[in-house]
Amino acid sequence: MSRPILVLISDMSKKSVIAVASGKGGTGKTTIATNLARYLANLGKKVRYLDCDVEEPNGHIFLKPQITDRQPVTVHVPEVNLEKCTACGKCGEICQFSAILCIKENVLTFEQLCHSCGGCWRICPAGAIEPKPLRIGDIEFGKAGDIDFVAGRLEIGHVRTPAMIREVKKNTGKGDLTIIDVPPGTSCPVVEAVKGTDFVLLATEPTPFGLNDLKLAVGLVREMNLPFAVVVNRCNLGDTHLYQYCRQEIIEVALEIRDDRRIAEAYSVGKMIVDALPEYQEDFARLYETVSKAIKS
Amino acid sequence: MKIAVTSTGKTLDSPVDQRFGRTAYFLIFDTETMDFSVIDNENVAAAGGAGISSAKAVADAGAQAVLTGNCGPNAQRTLSAAGVKLYTGVTGTVRQAVELLKNGELTEAASPNVQAHFGIDQ
Repeated sequence: MSRPILVLISDMSKKSVIAVASGKGGTGKTTIATNLARYLANLGKKVRYLDCDVEEPNGHIFLKPQITDRQPVTVHVPEVNLEKCTACGKCGEICQFSAILCIKENVLTFEQLCHSCGGCWRICPAGAIEPKPLRIGDIEFGKAGDIDFVAGRLEIGHVRTPAMIREVKKNTGKGDLTIIDVPPGTSCPVVEAVKGTDFVLLATEPTPFGLNDLKLAVGLVREMNLPFAVVVNRCNLGDTHLYQYCRQEIIEVALEIRDDRRIAEAYSVGKMIVDALPEYQEDFARLYETVSKAIKS
Repeated sequence: MKIAVTSTGKTLDSPVDQRFGRTAYFLIFDTETMDFSVIDNENVAAAGGAGISSAKAVADAGAQAVLTGNCGPNAQRTLSAAGVKLYTGVTGTVRQAVELLKNGELTEAASPNVQAHFGIDQ
């Protein structure tokens, strides 16, 4: 009976994975993820940063990594051999996304709609369908100082965001710590990015939009049973509803970052807070303390 | 000839539905007799691929031509593969649309007239 619990604890001591997410975009996910990574790396921890915001990766702007390798990411889509096809229509019947259909002796494929489930090439009785690789983007590998840097970049025009994120997450570190920069929102890519992580930081701001989207994000992480806390960016904007909500819902506010013009100035030239404004290092120290306590408990 | 008209209602006097994939109904006509049957379009609220599924539905119903307002690229490709003629930009009532076709006043569309997903917010 005690065995599964022991396994769980030993996994956690080996590595922890922190996801930085947000309902609303532009609330400081990348700022928090990159600064936390840099702060912990400066302490001598082995840190890996995964940019899973694959539609708009921007962690590299701040971490400025040396990219040493670039690997293509492919998914499988059906390729139909019309000479073998008997136009039985089974491929179209099994596809839930209309990505393949048989119509009047013709078989049409719509690669953009395919989710690569493999149903069509498995069910085809004539063996006329083969999986064909389709490149959806690249993963970049590099070093940002001592930080292991990994970023996914989905090719423009492709919509297979969760598949891309899955590939990036295969590079989760075996070392001390992996920090995942999650895409904004609460849809499938976010679910994929936070899945299996040890702790989620939800970045938000004290505005009506910030609060509305935070509620959605809280709903998502609660549904997934993930431990989480909130980071309030531009905390002194004046709207108190966000704080009321966090109190009512017993949600911990792990960090508040003031609306400081110097942060915006540093940001605008691609500088990190912990480098440009060392007094903020304490905040990231406290943030990490909160998170690591929560992970261990 | 059998034709499909996208319609907002179930009668001859219903306005032509400007959406193809997410039309409320398809009215399937026999142009000789003006008899018609009604197909409830189950793709109205489909998550995706509505145009493709609708194109298959009208082809399976035996229609040789489609009269509608707007049609996107995936639906157009599917109709074309099925050998179904496409007429876009059709307005007015269903009855007027069928009359226009019978009088040879409609021109077949060679390409989609809107982008994919055009009908989602209409």
